[in-house]
Amino acid sequence: MTEATPTLRLTLQTLDAVMPMHMVIGVDGVIRHVGPTLRKVLVGGDLVGTSFWEGFEVVRPSIKPDARGLDGYVNTRMRLQYRHDAGLGLRASLYPLGEDQGFLMTVSFGISVVAAVAEHELTGADFSRNDPTVEMLYLAEANAAAMREARRLIGRLQIARDTAEDASLTDPLTGLRNRRGLESEAAERLRSGQLFTLLLLDLDYFKSVNDVHGHAAGDAVLIEVAERLKNCVRPADVIARIGGDEFVLLVNPPLRNAQTLALAQRIIGAIEAPVVFEGAACRVSASAGFVVSNGYEAPLLEEMLRDADAALYDAKMQGRGRAMVGTPAGTGAQAPVQN
Amino acid sequence: MHGLVNKGLERFLADTYGQATWAEIAAAAGLPPDGFEALLTYDLALTTNVLGVASSRLGKSEHALLEDLGTYLVSDPKMDSVRRLLRFGGIDFADFVSSLDELPERARLAVPNLNIPEVLVQELGPDEYRIKVVSDFGHFGVILAGILRAMADDYGCLSLIEWSSDAPAHETIHVQLLDGTYAEGKAFVLSAEAAP
Repeated sequence: MTEATPTLRLTLQTLDAVMPMHMVIGVDGVIRHVGPTLRKVLVGGDLVGTSFWEGFEVVRPSIKPDARGLDGYVNTRMRLQYRHDAGLGLRASLYPLGEDQGFLMTVSFGISVVAAVAEHELTGADFSRNDPTVEMLYLAEANAAAMREARRLIGRLQIARDTAEDASLTDPLTGLRNRRGLESEAAERLRSGQLFTLLLLDLDYFKSVNDVHGHAAGDAVLIEVAERLKNCVRPADVIARIGGDEFVLLVNPPLRNAQTLALAQRIIGAIEAPVVFEGAACRVSASAGFVVSNGYEAPLLEEMLRDADAALYDAKMQGRGRAMVGTPAGTGAQAPVQN
Repeated sequence: MHGLVNKGLERFLADTYGQATWAEIAAAAGLPPDGFEALLTYDLALTTNVLGVASSRLGKSEHALLEDLGTYLVSDPKMDSVRRLLRFGGIDFADFVSSLDELPERARLAVPNLNIPEVLVQELGPDEYRIKVVSDFGHFGVILAGILRAMADDYGCLSLIEWSSDAPAHETIHVQLLDGTYAEGKAFVLSAEAAP
């Protein structure tokens, strides 16, 4: 035996408090009552006494029910477009009130609730007491604040990382690449198969500058040599200081040997011009050895440096201020290609 | 202690007593030059350290500093996001106070690893509440008392707020609402964008 469902009698006032976004619509399709929050949102005139179809378009379901009235929409998820405000889309459900009393339509903002709350300046009083919408808005706002803080932190970390990376690849005295900087530049060229000339320079008489004029003079010479090197090559070429007075140039595309020799002579000439430090003229020169990466089957920076260093040693033996081309040594090495 | 609380303390000290004074306090307390990071967690000892250094440098008791911190978090225009998030806690001051026991849960919802000590709210009578806080930090209730004073103002509610402590780290705040419509409260609309 089943008991009859008890009939519930609700006043519109209670309904307004429980469900501030609803409409009561008669069987004739005329709106009889609009809940307080919905009234606030539906700008453009009082809808009570007007036809539902005049105020709203049912966007979904797009296949309209056969029945011309609202009956066909009972138990359907509806999406409405308010005709007086193109920006206001609503979700709705329709429930029959029985005994020819028409329908109760419950309405919500759906996912656009955050925008709708901003647009209509809604407050906590516009939602029913137990509506978790307010908690959802709290969460959205808290989340936005936390994301702002996270973005700030990421920005600071990014700067710190860039600075640290830059510092770790740069020689602090001259601002040139340091050994790690050179390794990273060479690795990039070797990985991408770019050919290049590696020129190794070693200053001559640098020790005596340090001995006679002091380390500050030595530093001034290194800084000046770095400047002059920059003036001898193109901006895209890599210049590194890899030891006390050892410099390396990576020039790509590679030069012909004759061109490299000419470049080396130009560099040596530039370095030989005296550097004036606190009134004293400090004079240094340089010797150079170079190799070209296409002289190797599988070039490695360490091998190229070693072969360039051997040529540099020969250059020093033949008197200073000279440049020599190196010979790729080791297994699988070939003679340098003469262009 | 969570970085957010520490960052709050840092901003309060720097804003109230000047960036230079804060820099001195931070250095003396052994903090990195960039100060606290809001999204990291720090050893509680570091917070206690900063507080101790600030107290002797500024000639103010730690208690007074912490209560001012609570007020600052709510009433300073730069901290409006904190005020707004707190205002979600209740439609009026009575509602706010009686739902304070949800504060830890609310905080966790916003920042999952932000552990605010449990807050126990007892209703002693109409318009009268007793709030109990037990915290590792030991002084969380003092900050909360400052927050409550400023929130009462924010809601425009005249109230009496008294802090006491009967045992170490056990704090009690007695709140009495005198006039809920004492003054026009500050406006609060739900949307941050619509907020003036």
